[in-house]
Amino acid sequence: MSDRPSRLFHNLNAKIASIPMALTAMVVFLGGSIWTVVYSFTNSKLLPRAKWAGLDQYERLWGTERWLISIENLAIYGVLSLIFSLVIGFVLAALMDQKIRFEDTFRTIFLYPFALSFIVTGLVWQWLLNPEFGIQSVIRDLGFESFNFDPLYNADIAIYGILIAGLWQGTGLVMCLMLAGLRGIDEDIWKASRIDGIPMWKTYLLVVIPMMRPVFITTLVIITAGIVKLYDLVVAQTGGGPGIATEVPAKYVYDMMFQAQNLGQGFAASTMMLISVIIIIIPWAYLEFGGKRRG
Amino acid sequence: MADLSTNPAHRAGDRTEAGPRGRRPKRAFSGRNIMIYGTLIVVALYYLLPLYVMVVTSLKGMPEIRLGNIFSPPMEITFAPWKKAWAEACTGLNCDGLSRGFGNSIKIMVPSVILSIVIASLNGYALANWKFKGADIFFTILIIGAFIPYQVMLYPIVILLREAGLYGSLTGLIIVHTIFGMPILTLLFRNYFTSVPEELFKAARVDGAGFWGIYFRIMLPMSLPIFVVAMILQVTGIWNDFLFGVVYTRPENYPMTVQLNNIVNSVQGVKEYNVNMAATLLTGLVPLIIYFISGKLFVRGIAAGAVKG
Repeated sequence: MSDRPSRLFHNLNAKIASIPMALTAMVVFLGGSIWTVVYSFTNSKLLPRAKWAGLDQYERLWGTERWLISIENLAIYGVLSLIFSLVIGFVLAALMDQKIRFEDTFRTIFLYPFALSFIVTGLVWQWLLNPEFGIQSVIRDLGFESFNFDPLYNADIAIYGILIAGLWQGTGLVMCLMLAGLRGIDEDIWKASRIDGIPMWKTYLLVVIPMMRPVFITTLVIITAGIVKLYDLVVAQTGGGPGIATEVPAKYVYDMMFQAQNLGQGFAASTMMLISVIIIIIPWAYLEFGGKRRG
Repeated sequence: MADLSTNPAHRAGDRTEAGPRGRRPKRAFSGRNIMIYGTLIVVALYYLLPLYVMVVTSLKGMPEIRLGNIFSPPMEITFAPWKKAWAEACTGLNCDGLSRGFGNSIKIMVPSVILSIVIASLNGYALANWKFKGADIFFTILIIGAFIPYQVMLYPIVILLREAGLYGSLTGLIIVHTIFGMPILTLLFRNYFTSVPEELFKAARVDGAGFWGIYFRIMLPMSLPIFVVAMILQVTGIWNDFLFGVVYTRPENYPMTVQLNNIVNSVQGVKEYNVNMAATLLTGLVPLIIYFISGKLFVRGIAAGAVKG
């Protein structure tokens, strides 16, 4: 708000109405983030203490196996879920865009998991992937005795079990965004490519996808921001286990802050999360909002 | 009435029954059609499978679960697991089932939805029509804040709430939901109000209407659809929240998702998979019902937040 007295009361009602927004932006989002970053350089334990400890917390963080596994898991989950959800989402959207019948029914089915919480998603897939009763046992009962599919009990592949659930929950959203993008493509493009005798897949690959660049970028940012926050799904589906096989950074932060009473570690870990998001967001925000006025 | 047809997702539905605009005349059983529908149906079945298994499992007794496979329909339908999940399942020392969590979730959700929509619509309105110096800075921070991992802000909010004496209470959680719903909702309302014709606003100004007058008499009645979209977004979002519930409330105030997780993932006792699935289904029911009723509005809500920058 302007602090020149003569201008202060100009447009006063709008300013009053914006107080919650201003407080949220400045105190919680900006202030809170700065606070956390600053306190990540202290040796706070049970309570935040403003005692400078330099980079100690970060050294300890990067020397902790659990954090390294968390990062590795997030990288595996992130890269694969980006690739799969974009590819599957786009292919589904392209199929839905063929002037099919029952489009609404299909869309309803593909999108409904997105309405469910990660907790519900995680618990359902925990049950489906239960080796004693779930998919593995059903297929073994069919006669494939040596069939093995127990991602949630096998530390080597546990993170893929979470990936399956995450994809089930989130791909519908990508499909919807892609479909909206496809519907924004001018019909004449299709006519032109048909007249020129270009096969459909080539048109998609060489013309349509490049035209949908903004949609892809926005989708990419949305999925990525979601991936970094990955937490509930892991808590519900595996609780980080078996052992520490499916730990993720967000869970590390929560556990350090609220269970292990090791605030400094939590602050340092969340600062690392913040940095990774900033690296992704700033170029995008610059492209999306930079220079442009009014949406 | 201003409509949202600039939004691609909204336009999407209108074309399904378009007549002569099709690419080429369709033969019902061309190889191409079989490929398209075949793929879609297979994927659709895969998507429906977990829901089916949830329903089926929740209607079986435990002996049948131990014997049969998870895909087979129940031989003997029983509603006992549902009753138990709702009224008897234990979390810690409390054995009054999910009904407690359900009550908490309602107590959290209703005020949060109302408060966040009131605040965000006013924000959006001020940003769209009554821009003041510095408003855009707040807005930009707000939008960037939407992408900051919550973990970064978790503890500072704990401190703020503790100072205010609200840490652990339902009120505290309501404030948290209002704060974190603000970015997306403000964006939604700002974009919508910006699309309302400028002339209307100017005419009302000439007639002497002020900030509140225009909001209540022009903007609000014209924007009911976007309020519904915002409501859908918030109801499902808040209902599905887990992290804030577990951080900012005491166990007796835990929302349904947190309680569900505690019931299903508790280590004590014999695992009752049918009760677990009934509880899971019960928790998923509210957003599912909203989703199936609201249909296209839901799609519009998520697309409005996502596609328009």
